Amino acid sequence: MIPELGHFALAMACALAFAQAVIGLWGGHRRDMRLMSAAPGLAVGQLVALGAAALCLVLAAANDDFSVVNIAENSAIAKPLLYKISGTWGNHEGSILLWGLILGICGGLVAGFGRNLPSSLRARVLGVLGGTSAGFLLFCLLTSNPFLRAFPAPPDGQGMNPLLQDPGLAFHPPVLYMGYVGFAVPFAFAVAALLEGRIDAAWGRWVRPWALVSWCFLTCGIAMGSWWAYYELGWGGYWFWDPVENASLMPWLTGTALVHSAIVVEKRESLKIWTVLLAIGTFSLSLSGTFLVRSGILNSVHAFAQDPARGVFILGLLGLVIGGSLLLFALRAPLLKSGGVFAPVSREGGLVLNNILLCSICSVVIVGTMYPPFADLLAGQKISVGAPFFNATVLPLAIPLFVAMAMGPLLPWKRGRLGPVLAHAWWAALAACIVAGVCSIGMRVLPALAFGAAAWIILGSFAEVVERTLLFRAPVANSVRRARGLPVAVLGAAIAHAGMGVTVAGIAGMSLSSNRIVEAHAGDRFSVGGYEWTLLSIDSEKGPNYDARVAAIEVTQHGAPVAIMRPSRRDFASQKQTTSDVAIRTNLMRDLYAVLGEERDGSAVLRLHVNPLAPWIWLGGVIMAAGGALSLADRRLRVGAPSRIRNAVPA
Amino acid sequence: MLANPIQETRAEQLGSQLRCLVCQNESIEDSNADLAKDLRAIVRQRIQAGDTDNQIMAWMVARYGNFVRLRPPLTAATFLLWFTPALALLAGAGAAFLGRRRPVALVPPLTPAEQARLTELSRTA
Amino acid sequence: MDAIARRRLLLLAPLGVVAAGGAAFWAMLDRMQSGRFDPHDIGNPMLGKPMPSFNLPAVAPSQGFSSQDVRAAAARKPVLLNFFASWCVPCAAEAESLAALAGQGVQLWGIAYKDKPEKTRAFLDQYGNPYARIAADSTGSTFIDFGLYGVPENFIIDATGHIAWHLAGPVSEPMIPKIVSLQS
Repeated sequence: MIPELGHFALAMACALAFAQAVIGLWGGHRRDMRLMSAAPGLAVGQLVALGAAALCLVLAAANDDFSVVNIAENSAIAKPLLYKISGTWGNHEGSILLWGLILGICGGLVAGFGRNLPSSLRARVLGVLGGTSAGFLLFCLLTSNPFLRAFPAPPDGQGMNPLLQDPGLAFHPPVLYMGYVGFAVPFAFAVAALLEGRIDAAWGRWVRPWALVSWCFLTCGIAMGSWWAYYELGWGGYWFWDPVENASLMPWLTGTALVHSAIVVEKRESLKIWTVLLAIGTFSLSLSGTFLVRSGILNSVHAFAQDPARGVFILGLLGLVIGGSLLLFALRAPLLKSGGVFAPVSREGGLVLNNILLCSICSVVIVGTMYPPFADLLAGQKISVGAPFFNATVLPLAIPLFVAMAMGPLLPWKRGRLGPVLAHAWWAALAACIVAGVCSIGMRVLPALAFGAAAWIILGSFAEVVERTLLFRAPVANSVRRARGLPVAVLGAAIAHAGMGVTVAGIAGMSLSSNRIVEAHAGDRFSVGGYEWTLLSIDSEKGPNYDARVAAIEVTQHGAPVAIMRPSRRDFASQKQTTSDVAIRTNLMRDLYAVLGEERDGSAVLRLHVNPLAPWIWLGGVIMAAGGALSLADRRLRVGAPSRIRNAVPA
Repeated sequence: MLANPIQETRAEQLGSQLRCLVCQNESIEDSNADLAKDLRAIVRQRIQAGDTDNQIMAWMVARYGNFVRLRPPLTAATFLLWFTPALALLAGAGAAFLGRRRPVALVPPLTPAEQARLTELSRTA
Repeated sequence: MDAIARRRLLLLAPLGVVAAGGAAFWAMLDRMQSGRFDPHDIGNPMLGKPMPSFNLPAVAPSQGFSSQDVRAAAARKPVLLNFFASWCVPCAAEAESLAALAGQGVQLWGIAYKDKPEKTRAFLDQYGNPYARIAADSTGSTFIDFGLYGVPENFIIDATGHIAWHLAGPVSEPMIPKIVSLQS
């Protein structure tokens, strides 16, 4: 009964989404007050229906209703409750429902928080969101229905991919999808603005918080995914330039560009056409990325059911959403009136440079990811594009970005000179040179430069704060008073930029990792990264739904004990799958990382790593997202928010 | 592992350019797979036998095609791939050039006196 | 052409790029469904080239063989060379098809990849022995010389000692007539 209710709610949501699209767009076009005021109600109705559908699926999964095909294929009685719940979005059908639900939440939020938007703009935004939602809910109902029943029901389910049975991964998809789908709102605003034929500073002010929220979620989602790959796959790396990883990086890069270019629209009414294109492009990349990895064209470690037949439906839908919006863009964008002019060296100019570099990196990632199937199709050549290619091409584009990101915020709007900027940031540049110089004594050139770049970014990010508070130059009380008056967004931007620097430092540290893959018998001793590793024993253990082999490895440094590490290999008999349970000991400055591989004739393959600064990679991501979230708290950004907030902050 | 650290570094660098054919996006240097282990051993044998990096790469490509190279060679078919960064930068610069709007009349820069007055004002603000 | 129309033309560029990409993806999906395009097949550059030379020991009671032996036998009739292993699941699945091929007079020679002789023998006892001759590639070096990355894989060696046909994966029943036709 519950699955049927869910199925009905899903169909209901699809119908409401269609109504929302037609009424919103038509009402906005006719400027019909009655139609336009109906759109928010429909959006809320759609959200309620989708919430009910998701709840039904979770309930059915928690109750082990194996008559539902999706649950029978992905769950099992022995599975812990957390994974029964998270398993509902850990598979193709459920994740499409999650997509729809989050899109519904976005629509509901626009309906709730958008009361002071011009009514035709709000109706059109909701109309575009409704149309997108309708397409994906139709896709869900027709090709990927999570509520399909099977008869007779099997006594037990087939279980879940053990790699996905991990608390971190349980919450990874919702966070990542909040990011992906959140960019639907800037997209809808862009399309609505093209329909309206008008973009102004207020538009930029409405769009930027949405873009920023989505960006924060996407940043966290990518960091979580990378962390999962690090500790769950047990390959010793944190980023593999895998198609699924690249698919999340693409909208992040253009989304970062969007968050910055929207500032120019808001402050200077310039770069309007470009910002609209970025808003369309970011959501388009979110869509194509998540859906093309399911088409079976791209290969990936991050398993998902792949089916070319679904691919055709998805491609049609993508053609409609992306092609339609880009056609509208070509027709209407030339009519937009541009605003302020600026010189090449100015805050605007710096943001344009940021956009060019970010979009170039994004192009490299897109082309590199898509090249193998294209080369196969068009030239009949089987080639691989892997980490060495991406490292060689992305790095030269990232370096100028790193150099510029600390200087940009110091430039004045409209027209500036580089001299004064350097005068304000000389101490950061000096510190960066010292760091790079000291590092180059003991290590290779590239990591030393990267540490210098990290120091430059972290310190340089705060140069604007130092400048504006006259820190170290005015009396401390004066600086504190100035700091209080500082817009929160300035502090948020500095923190987000510094987070990037922390990540760069982590990546540089990781590139200095020492590692060995060894074959070991009990009692064997190895030296890796200045530590002595001794394999003490390997024992069998029994887990709830797996059998494990657990190694005990003693790590010492100069004879002093550091840790006993217990990496294990888990054999999930019901899924015929083996996973590695990595042992990690961290002190924030370095990770000790041990993996137990296959055993043969009494010896075991061990992978031993010492990864300097590894945790900084993800820490940097969290700091970036925190900086973004802090900027959101800036009251200047809250014009679009309900009035109670404005009352709470005395002007 | 080769005893000679220079040779071992060479082997690691070569290995990180070679795709583990049974894995996803992993180099043979990073993979636990059996075939990757064999290929690692072959790279080291060939280095000890005095082969150059190019010879070893050619040996691998003869057996597994360009698919084995994680960093594809520059050929007619990969021209577009390798020139993407340059093309993207050019396109960006071109778009910025086409999209630019010349200021109608440049406002003359502040005189030193005005600059001093401005600093004074912003300090007391 | 007025300024607006010129800008429109310029702003059509993103649509053009997306349309070209979309068309290519459509072609891929279409060909994948009809089986003409497989992005996961990594191909084998050895196809059409002379068979690599090898000399492998026997798995008793069969005789071992070298590439010269294969060439000599192929001069009379093409040889189907099958790489297998006792621990490989699809190898067991293709045993029936291989037996059918041998029954239809196909010269089938086997190379056991990284397998202990007693395990190979146990495998053949369980699933039947369709091979005329079996050799053991215990180090896996011949496997790599053939550009293999998994078992089972099948090659047809023609009268000139060249690799005339290659299949990455098990022989399935529908393929039998085609393989037999390649033999004549």
